[in-house]
Amino acid sequence: MGLVDDLAADTPVVEISRRKALGVLTAAAAGVAAAGTAVMAVRFMRPNVLFEPPSKFVVGRPDEIPIGSLVAMPKQKLYIVRGADGFYAMSATCTHLGCMTQHRAAEKRFICPCHGSSFDLQGNVLGGPAPRALDRRWLGIEDGMLVVDTRKPAPQGDVLRV
Amino acid sequence: MVSGEVFSTAARPGGFGRRVWRSIVRHGFPDTNRNRSLAVFSNLFLHVHPVKVRVEAIRFTRTFYLGGLAAALFVILTVTGVAVMFYYHPSVPRAYADVKDLEFVVTAGVILRNVHRWAAHAMVAAVFLHMARVFLAGAYRPPREFNWVLGVLLLVATVFLSYTGYLLPWDQLAYWAVTIGTSLAAAVPLVGGDISFLLLGGNQIDENTLLRFYVLHCVVLPLVLTGLFAVHLWRVRKDGGIYLPPEATGRATRVVDGEPTP
Repeated sequence: MGLVDDLAADTPVVEISRRKALGVLTAAAAGVAAAGTAVMAVRFMRPNVLFEPPSKFVVGRPDEIPIGSLVAMPKQKLYIVRGADGFYAMSATCTHLGCMTQHRAAEKRFICPCHGSSFDLQGNVLGGPAPRALDRRWLGIEDGMLVVDTRKPAPQGDVLRV
Repeated sequence: MVSGEVFSTAARPGGFGRRVWRSIVRHGFPDTNRNRSLAVFSNLFLHVHPVKVRVEAIRFTRTFYLGGLAAALFVILTVTGVAVMFYYHPSVPRAYADVKDLEFVVTAGVILRNVHRWAAHAMVAAVFLHMARVFLAGAYRPPREFNWVLGVLLLVATVFLSYTGYLLPWDQLAYWAVTIGTSLAAAVPLVGGDISFLLLGGNQIDENTLLRFYVLHCVVLPLVLTGLFAVHLWRVRKDGGIYLPPEATGRATRVVDGEPTP
């Protein structure tokens, strides 16, 4: 392979008028500015700081919750259940369109007031438009306290043994 | 006053009052066709209307005045909306209490708020019925296709106005309705979560959401709707007035490419 003398090679020359060249450059500059403005407008609308309660919080000491009981935490939209084999945390948010379910202790189920979905105490769908069981949330023991993270999912059927 | 007078340039007796009147109204008494026309198109508010329309076009049963009704409701909503804005703070601690005050404390607050509320429901209904009427009359066909598209955008703007206004009382109905609406947005593939986050201004319905819906409801969407409406109305004029079927215009149907055109 020898060196190619590209200066000697024939390069096609495209002639465009000054007016056209300036027009294309202006349009390109305007396009870049418009795209940048659009991106920044969307970015501007995304808040960088949120004043929301932390997703991870302490529920209490595990022995404060007796076996076979359910703790409803409406502010955190969460249920903590202690079954015979251990604890699990379940989102109270209906899997249909995000309303908050209500615990009906007498009927041993959760009811969504918006469109009538119902779930059993394990969160499985009993009826209504809900497409899947209530989401499980991460639950753990830290420094002897029961801790939940509402943004961390947990697999269905997982139980925390204490 | 000389009948048929158009524009008086000659110095005429008449005094100061007449000069003031002439500085505002440039046409003569509307007792001739020319002055009647000038009365319309030399007036900012009337010039939106055509100088002449077919009798068939303004027959009530032709359109049921549904588009005009929607526009009139928008004017009512703007006036009552601005009125209730004087007593409403878009903040979590104040919003619900302010709406309650409008209902029970503010003089005439109850009527202004409820006129706003019912006019809003009526406007959604009027826009929907207007579109149904246009569709059934076949008025979306050429040359009016683009105005149908503008009409669809106006329907979307109206529904968004209705939806954003729904959150502002900050009561249980509002909160859960917006929960459902933003969950619907979150179901959009790929970008659903981002749309929901942008709409809420966070992960949950909170003070950011209320402020966002307030700004959209009171500023952004009314401006968008006004702009679209201006083009919509202009297009009605440019597309030859409202659609009339051939039997109403008295003209025989022209057939182009096998399809009758208006």
